[in-house]
Amino acid sequence: MFRLLLIALLALPLQAAEITVSAAASLSDAMTEVAHVYEAKSGDKVVLNFGASSILATQIVNGAPVDVFLSADDAQMNRVATAIRVPLLSNKLAIVGAPLPKARRIAIANPEGVPAGVYAKQWLVHRGLWASLAPKIIPAENVRAALAAVLNGNADTAIVYATDSRVGQVIEDSPSISYPAAVLRDAKNAAAARRFLDFLQSRDAATIFRKYGFIVK
Amino acid sequence: MSDASIIWFTLRMAALATALLIPPALALGLALARGRWRGKSIIETIVALPLVMPPVATGLILLKLVPHSVVFTWRAVILAMMVMATPFVVRASRIAFEGVPLRYEQIARTLGANETRVFFTITLPLALRGIAGGVVLGFARALGEFGATILVAGNIPGRTTTLAVAIYDRVQLGRDAQAWDLVAAGIIVAFVAIWLSEKLTRRRA
Repeated sequence: MFRLLLIALLALPLQAAEITVSAAASLSDAMTEVAHVYEAKSGDKVVLNFGASSILATQIVNGAPVDVFLSADDAQMNRVATAIRVPLLSNKLAIVGAPLPKARRIAIANPEGVPAGVYAKQWLVHRGLWASLAPKIIPAENVRAALAAVLNGNADTAIVYATDSRVGQVIEDSPSISYPAAVLRDAKNAAAARRFLDFLQSRDAATIFRKYGFIVK
Repeated sequence: MSDASIIWFTLRMAALATALLIPPALALGLALARGRWRGKSIIETIVALPLVMPPVATGLILLKLVPHSVVFTWRAVILAMMVMATPFVVRASRIAFEGVPLRYEQIARTLGANETRVFFTITLPLALRGIAGGVVLGFARALGEFGATILVAGNIPGRTTTLAVAIYDRVQLGRDAQAWDLVAAGIIVAFVAIWLSEKLTRRRA
């Protein structure tokens, strides 16, 4: 028993690295699982910080000690200084509730800056529907609030991410929605951060991301 | 992370933040009540700023000022709570100290008491109820702190996630049922805290 314990202790890497990973809130479930698997495999410790991508970027810009950043859109990733940046995941839009022509009120995330709303507007413009539907649009604080508006009966239809709702009808010609991942230029533990970024692009990680509905690039 | 550990962590952080801010806040309250010094009104305004400004603005300022080794740790949680709670204790203690009649202190001095003794046997006991009221408000403010915390301490489950941040996180993820569990627990904690403080600060008949 004692010997077993000793062997187990020796088997641990001498210096387990600790990396801080800031990830968009929509990735929390998937990233919690990915981090667990990675910790067991590598012996490194992964500290996860979740939030809106815009807040996470603000923290990084102001010097918060982050090694790896996973953003829900390119615009927020563009604000921070990166060492290595890869397009990691993508997503699609989905329509929840009544079909668009029948809807009297359509909830989308605020199209002035909230990524899900920006994408939804892009798609409606592309389809030539924006002009006629604009008066029916209800902007919501975020994509979850848009979904909640339909579930609570405050809107007839919402345009959200496919990963937000399993019941929605996926829009096949969605604008390209990208979740980039990056090792930051000011990463304290750059070597360990690179190893983690490699793992994010591995087959094991891809399986987990797919399980939560993401499209792996 | 379990709901109980989130609440326990938040309670511990708020209690520690309150305990740490009491000595400097009382000193400042006394200095503001009694002293006549240059820059007094400027200091007064600076201390009151977190009351007036949006907490997120305070968080942004802290993020700029705080060493990077503190950001994203429990120390950042404490710091955010302290900055937001301090104004309550300073203001309450200042008013409480102003209400203590100077005559009593002078009598104690004529009887040979030194300044330390005057403070601990006359000034502080007479101001205690007012101070306690401020401390309760400060503790309550620390318990519910959100805006500054989420910026400077982040949302790291098991390390920096407080009750307020956890509730926001769950609502944002559409997990309303889980958010409600924490809301219910938060209401119970608030009830107990307020009831206790009422009991402690009520004037004994």
